Amino acid sequence: MTPPYTRPTTSPKDMTELETGGRDPERASVAERTDGAQARVIAPAKGRTIALRDLNAYYGDTHAVRGVSLDYAANQVTAMIGPSGCGKSTLVRCINRMHEEVPGARAEGQVTLDDIDIYGDGVDPTSVRRVVGMVFQKPNPFPTMSIFDNVAAGIRLSGTRGVDLRERVEWALACAGLWDEVRDRLGAPGVGLSGGQQQRLCIARTIAVEPEVILMDEPCSALDPIATLRIEDLIQDLKERYTIVIVTHNMQQAARVADTTAFMLNGELIEHAPTEKIFSQPADTRTEEYVTGKFG
Amino acid sequence: MSAGLPAVAGRRRNADRAARAGLLVLTLVALVPLVLIVFELLSKGLGAWSWTFFTTDPTGRFLGDPGGIRSAIIGSIVMVAIATAIAVPIGIGVALYLVEYGKSSRFADVVRYFVDVMTGVPSVVFGLFVYIVLVVSQIGGTFAGWKGSVALALLMLPVVTRSGEVVLNLVPDGLREAALALGAPRWRVVARIVLPTALPGLTTGSLLAVARAAGETAPLLFTVAFVNGLSLDPSARMNSLPLQIFNDVGQAQDRLVQRAWGAALTLVVLILLVTLLARFIQKRSRLA
Amino acid sequence: MAAGSISATGDRPNLGRSPGSRLDPWMQYVLTGLAALILALIGFFFVRLFVEARPAFDRFGYFGFVFDNNWDVSRSQYGAWPLLVGTLITSGIALVIGVPIAIAAALYVTELCPVRLRQPLTILLELLAAVPSVVYGLWGIFVLAPKLLPAEKWFSDTVSFLPFVGGTVSIPNYFVAGLILAIMILPIVSAIAREVMATVPVENKEAALALGATRWEMIRLAVLPYSRAGISGAAMLGLGRAIGETIAVTIVIGNAPNVGKSVFSQGYTLAAVIANEFGEAASDPIHRAALIAAGLVLFVLTLFVNAIARAFVNRGVRRERIVPQGMAG
Repeated sequence: MTPPYTRPTTSPKDMTELETGGRDPERASVAERTDGAQARVIAPAKGRTIALRDLNAYYGDTHAVRGVSLDYAANQVTAMIGPSGCGKSTLVRCINRMHEEVPGARAEGQVTLDDIDIYGDGVDPTSVRRVVGMVFQKPNPFPTMSIFDNVAAGIRLSGTRGVDLRERVEWALACAGLWDEVRDRLGAPGVGLSGGQQQRLCIARTIAVEPEVILMDEPCSALDPIATLRIEDLIQDLKERYTIVIVTHNMQQAARVADTTAFMLNGELIEHAPTEKIFSQPADTRTEEYVTGKFG
Repeated sequence: MSAGLPAVAGRRRNADRAARAGLLVLTLVALVPLVLIVFELLSKGLGAWSWTFFTTDPTGRFLGDPGGIRSAIIGSIVMVAIATAIAVPIGIGVALYLVEYGKSSRFADVVRYFVDVMTGVPSVVFGLFVYIVLVVSQIGGTFAGWKGSVALALLMLPVVTRSGEVVLNLVPDGLREAALALGAPRWRVVARIVLPTALPGLTTGSLLAVARAAGETAPLLFTVAFVNGLSLDPSARMNSLPLQIFNDVGQAQDRLVQRAWGAALTLVVLILLVTLLARFIQKRSRLA
Repeated sequence: MAAGSISATGDRPNLGRSPGSRLDPWMQYVLTGLAALILALIGFFFVRLFVEARPAFDRFGYFGFVFDNNWDVSRSQYGAWPLLVGTLITSGIALVIGVPIAIAAALYVTELCPVRLRQPLTILLELLAAVPSVVYGLWGIFVLAPKLLPAEKWFSDTVSFLPFVGGTVSIPNYFVAGLILAIMILPIVSAIAREVMATVPVENKEAALALGATRWEMIRLAVLPYSRAGISGAAMLGLGRAIGETIAVTIVIGNAPNVGKSVFSQGYTLAAVIANEFGEAASDPIHRAALIAAGLVLFVLTLFVNAIARAFVNRGVRRERIVPQGMAG
């Protein structure tokens, strides 16, 4: 099936392009939105590949991630599974350098986006986070802002020159599958939405700044099953355009949404393989014990 | 800048740097007065300190030896002690009422509101009030140390109650319920479980109130009046450190100003000791 | 006397009122009585102040007492306008200087400074609150005011075209008083601002950072909007403090009972007039009534400001209650 987007966009070559909206969302946006098919809004683009090399992360003296090397393929969904406290969230927070925001936390090793070392000298974490967006466990819309302002918040940071703010917000909301539910109340407070809607609002806020990678840290753990299902569908659509890493404690969820799955235990990466393989014939016995529910 | 990542616009980066620098500078500015005051207190106050400074009373002579501050130190300690003896039991009693009985009843909310109101009343107004009620009416003579204590107690009361309420609320309900379930009457639960658990916090709150009261001048002005000599009798006029300083400043004579610096350093050191003790007890408390 | 104790003979426990619980209602009565005492006290307080101030209001009228620019002890004329103006000018200056610095310090401590420095910085900022009012006065009149004089003169001459600047500069003046007040309200405003900022959910701050916000942008996006009401409340509480502050102001304002021509003129405030003229007024009933009336005006003013402050702070901090760090002096 040919997706009904007009022009496939390529990854922007430099920042100027991105700052002024290199992957212009409007071209794939409003006209197609009206016929109701949510997925059509999301025009494919190339996400970035991510490579972790011997990544170590610490909280003070606690060694939370131990020498992990792992590759995330572009435009794929990779699930990170493992018992709580295994370091999967910490690992993901290293990919957009959020880990270091926790007092006393530090990370060592290499994380590359395509071929840029994001822990290299002179790399501004702020720029990293523009390219690597993040959706958190608990929906966290800005409590003082309206729905519109929440989505626009990130765009406004980098300047709205050359951006049709309204159109971009509408596009992002449509991508997140929320537009039809909030189109009449964009001025209402974001925190007035239901939990699932709030989480989709946060996804809209994240994609409104046009990242190339989206990290999701247990995005459905605070949501009911119906809302969870909607987010999972959304993830399938979003991978057309973004590289996605999702942390989940829910193995069914990993099985439903992920192309590949990585199993972590005690800060170490045990196994990373196509999802089907992880759940049917894992190479490591510990993986097998975990996915079959022997410990948890 | 590494290629391929969007640059943060120079404008944003500069705004960030400027804002961080500005906040740092303003924070340092906030500390400047502290440094200056501590420096002056030490350089001028230590010069005034001597053995006789602490062991003699002010002489009140216009010329010659002005004397020390013994009566001021002792008077301050006596008056603040009496104020504490009044304010702490009442303050904690009201806090107990609010936490154990009043909870969120209408009456308790009204009491809470008025305790808040008391917190905001300027100390000079409390002084006026005690002056009207106790001095003008000539109850037990005119000016007296205990009347100053009453004024100070009025200032301490809301502080003790507010901090007491916070601390008592921290006592886990589970403890109360466990004791009640054993068949203990409520007053025993309060006396044996709630108060001992909250004791360090209540002590901290009371000590902080003491620290505040010790530095107050205005309420004493109308209720104790100034006197040079040593008095241990709270029904008579008493000297106090804040009033001693205030009086010496008003005279603007070098010798007296010198004594004022010495007394000021003494007062600040005493207040700091009480504050440190309060914080120390707070740190060792089992409740947050 | 353990409650419901089983006697040695093995009788069943008495399910009626156990002997120990007879004290229960008494404890409730006593504690409720203490709470009621507070209310009675405040009521009594207000009534007595009013009764004692009555002669002044009867003589000059409520409006006349507050708004007549005429405070002349020798002619027994008491219009509190110059005092009210002095109170408003000095606390206004305190607010303008003190609040931005206090908020900046709170932001720096909570959001920017290295974790190791957080505790020491907080303690240093709180230390300012341990200095008594009279010591601020001592320092203000003998150290700060004389040192500030050349700068004030230079400023006064250079920008004399501005309103309320220019003319003679006296050592004790509105500005020095305002500056001292700014220093005095700094710890309380900063402490409440810190407390309010600490309630900003970490999720909101992370959301801002994950969008690619710089630290400053995170502060503007997540911290300030969330804590705006609480910060306004902190500023209002500081204002209430400044209005009621007595001794330090009495020492550094010059105690001149008229409306000064510039911010570098001598003046008077409601609180200072009470402290300063109280001694001579003891034997003059109308003067005493006038001072008590000034106290009443001061009382009402602080009640009003604090009520606004509380509304703000309660809205800002939601249900968490703020422990007062101290009280006005």
